[in-house]
Order: sequence, then structure tokens, then C-alpha cells
Amino acid sequence: MSWFKRDKPTDEKLPKLEDSQRKVRTEGLWQKCEGCRQIIWKKDLEVNWNVCTKCGHHFRLDAPARIKLLLDEGVFETHDHCLTSSDPLHFVDSKPYSERLKAFQASTGLSDAVIAASGRLDGRTVQVCVMDIRFIGGSMGSVVGEKIARAIERSIGGHMPLVIVSASGGARMQEGAVSLMQMAKISAALMRMDEAHLPYISVLTDPTTGGVTASYAMLGDLNIAEPGALIGFAGPRVIEQTIRQKLPEGFQRSEFLLKHGMLDAIVPRLEMKQYISRALKFFMA
Amino acid sequence: MVDPEGKTATPEEPPRELDPAWRRVLLARHPKRPHSLDYIQRICNDFHEIHGDRLFGDDPAIVTGFADFDGRQVLFVMEQKGRTTKEKIHRNFGMPKPEGYRKALRAMQMAAKFDRPIVTFLDTAGAYPGIDAEERGQAEAIARNLREMARLPVPVVVVCISEGGSGGALALGVGNVILMMENAVYSVISPENCANILFRDTGRAEWAAGALKLTAEDLNALGMIDEIIPEPPGGAQDDWDTAAANLRLHLAGRFRELSIMSADQLVEHRYAKFRKMGNFFA
Ligand SMILES: [Zn+2]
Repeated sequence: MSWFKRDKPTDEKLPKLEDSQRKVRTEGLWQKCEGCRQIIWKKDLEVNWNVCTKCGHHFRLDAPARIKLLLDEGVFETHDHCLTSSDPLHFVDSKPYSERLKAFQASTGLSDAVIAASGRLDGRTVQVCVMDIRFIGGSMGSVVGEKIARAIERSIGGHMPLVIVSASGGARMQEGAVSLMQMAKISAALMRMDEAHLPYISVLTDPTTGGVTASYAMLGDLNIAEPGALIGFAGPRVIEQTIRQKLPEGFQRSEFLLKHGMLDAIVPRLEMKQYISRALKFFMA
Repeated sequence: MVDPEGKTATPEEPPRELDPAWRRVLLARHPKRPHSLDYIQRICNDFHEIHGDRLFGDDPAIVTGFADFDGRQVLFVMEQKGRTTKEKIHRNFGMPKPEGYRKALRAMQMAAKFDRPIVTFLDTAGAYPGIDAEERGQAEAIARNLREMARLPVPVVVVCISEGGSGGALALGVGNVILMMENAVYSVISPENCANILFRDTGRAEWAAGALKLTAEDLNALGMIDEIIPEPPGGAQDDWDTAAANLRLHLAGRFRELSIMSADQLVEHRYAKFRKMGNFFA
């Protein structure tokens, strides 16, 4: 039971704080839900894998937590976790890309925007790649491309299914055409996976756009999405600027894609592992 | 054969002090620059367009058709921009929709069935960002092409003739050989959008063009393309015939090289090419 219910936090009962202090304190412990507009205790949210306990709204989930959610406890290993970009373009905007990479590595504890792991999902050995939106918007550059291509090769080599959980704004601008070509590289590897008759399940989460959607995220034997995720090729702002009109409510959300035939199913986060396990039974006996 | 418009009109020659990459961007988008069908008129005979994706419609932003080329029966799959306002609107400013990419794939699979080689021309600012395109699965159409082009058992030669606009260009770009015209550009994002994202200022597009390393020389140095096709002095806009003759020569040479490879070798060759792209990590 939460502190919220035990002890109603009225202004009188709270310790007296300056407005600025209070704001900081509130931001640290509470989260306003975009779904139901209610204030939720962050601990409650974390325990429930970032799904609102009141309305079921799916907040974003980082890659380490997602791996914990999908794989059986204690029996997975990560791959290529030391691969880092060598900055092929020597890209510098307001600061060098190489420094930006180091800053994101420090703040996330990740080497780049995807974690590749092998482990068991309901007892079945699988390859899993999980993207992390916190790392430069989950963008795909040479490291993401290589880690996913190697995961596909491990799947084929070990005759195992593959699950990729996408969360990405698309190709990584700072690696230019090199990141663009990762779309073709990964898709070609998926062609081999397809020829090997091994299942690939693509899980699309909020947000999955651009070059990631336009390559591996849409190439699953099953493409399944979490509820309410933004999924598309062009970003909503780009489309609005092009057509100069407001976009319809719910445009490019999971439910919109399901209706237009682009998804096999929408699966809530807490049922995701069970669903994938069931699907793999269909594919692999 | 020279288009009188393209030959006689004074092009808006970009001044010299421009960033060299930005100058290429302006040349690639030059209003007098030859488009796909201008090259087709000059490099092959007996071209016949085939229409439609057999699913939804026919997208004029992509032209597919068969022709005699250098003694072979070849399928051409091309992004096509318009020149007059009316043509531009008809071609949707060269921005394909899902039905365009699906038409392209249908045509390529048909060519593969009859063991015919394929040439693709890339020339687009990007895949169309619109409500209808999203509804019909723009991302899915591009993604499918990337995977299916990887397994085509026939020679595929890709030429970025002017503007290689991100995924919208790459959707026709999975080939055994990738060529770029000297003044073409190929990029993950337009310089304008890049500048807008980084600095909220499209005025810094010139800077972004340099930073994105999008010229033919840049892509060649990065190992993303195989060869640069030279253009006449000043650029293809000044002399369509010479540009087309150079393109023809390079295409014919590449086909002769690829013609000795078996279907399996072609698929393996294409796979190996893309698999090693972007080994920029430690
Ligand atoms: Zn809620």
C-alpha cells in the first residue's frame, strides 16, 4: 500500500518548503500520467514495469528493465557490450559527436542504443535485442546495425528465434549515410533469417519511427506493438509541415496501425512475455 | 539529342565561395538537371513503361519499364521528378508513396523470374511524408524492398543520379554495384532538416551539407559506393548527352562484370557488400 493512501498529502501536513524546493521534490517522487492525468507514485510505476496502475497507460521502459521483463531470471548473457562508434564522419555540431557518445555512455551505462542478449524465454533459448530510447533517442548507427546483424547471425547459427524490441527515432544523423546503410544491412540479414525459416518477432514500442520502422521493425514474422505507441515512417511534425493541416486524433498510434493492417496484434507490456512464448510455440513446436 | 531548354537556358550557377558539399546539393537539385527519363531516352532503346502495384494504384513518382540496353533486356526502376509545375504535381515532386515502392518490387521480382538484370535510378528528396502514405504502410513498403532486393537472383546496379534522399532512395538501393553521378548527393537526412534538428535553423543547411558527408567523394571514401560517374564540366545540367554517355558506359561495363556470376554468387556478393558496410566501431 502506498504512502499516498496511508497519509493524505495535504498542504498542511507536508513539511513547509519553498516553491522551488517543492517542485524538485515532487518531480523526484511523483509522475503525472499522460493517460489518466492522475499523479502516480514513481515506485508504484516501477514495480508495475512503468504501466500506470490506474489506467494502464504505458510509460517508456529502458532496455535493462525490458530484458528483465522478457527473459527468465538469471540465465542470460549480453553480447558485444563493448562495441562503440568510431565516429566515421568526425561529426561536430554544438559539441563533438565523440563527446556526446561518452556523455550518453556515462548517463545510461550503455555503450550504444541497443542491448543484445541471449537467454531463455519461458525456457526456450532466444536471441533478444532491445533498443533504449535514452541513448541519443534510440538512434541507429553503425553499432546498433552491427549488434543486430550479429544477433541475427547467432540466431541462424544456433537455430534460435529472434526478438527485437524497437524504441527509436530512426537512423542516427551523426553517422550520415553509414547509419542509413544499416537499414539495408540488417534487412539483408533478416532475408537470411527468413530463408532459414526461423521466427523473428518484432516488438514495436513508443516511439518507433524513421529508418528503424522502415527496416527491421516492420519485417517480423509477427509485428506486435504495445498499446498507444507512436509508430510511423515520417514523424508527425514533418507530416504536419508537409500537408499544412492538423493530424487526426490517434494518428500513427498502435491502434491506428492495427486498423490499417500493419500490425499483427497489440499486446500489453505485462502480457508480452506470455504472448511471445505462445507465438514461438506456434512457430517452432 | 539535347533538350533545348536544358542547353540554352542560363542555369543559376552557384557562386564559388559556397561550401563544396552545399554546392553539390544545389547542383543535384538544379532545375535543369537531367531526370531519370531524360537518361532513358539517351541510353537505351525501345523502352516500355509498366504500371501499377496490382494492390492499390500506380505511383508516377516511380517509373518502371523494360528496354534494350547494350544488347540485353533490362528492367529499369527509377524515381522520377517533374520539370514543369504540372509535371511536378503529377510526379508528387518525386516523392514516392507505398504503391510506388510496391510497384518497384513487383517489377523487380518479375524481372528476376525471367532472369533479367535490373537497373535502378535514385532521385528523390525522400519518401512522401503524408497521411495516406502512412496509412498504407510507407515504412513497411520500404522495409520489404530492402529485404527482398537482398535476395534477387539477378544483377542489380544502382545509380544515384541526383538526390539520394534517405530511406526513400535506399528502398531502391540494394544492389551489387552502387554508382553515383559526380554531383549527386546521398544522405540520411536533408541538410535543411539536419540543421533544423540541431540548431532550429534551416539557414545552417550549408554547414550541415558539409558535416553530413553526403557527396559522391565522401561516400566513396566511406566505402558506401563503388564508383563515381564523371559529369561534363560544370555539371550534367549543361550537357545531358555527355552525362548520359558516361552513365551508359559505366552501366554497360558493370553488367559485363556481373554477367559471369551465377544467381547464388550474385546474392552472396550483394549480401557481403552490405554486411561489411559501416564497420566503424571499436
Ligand atoms: Zn494513468
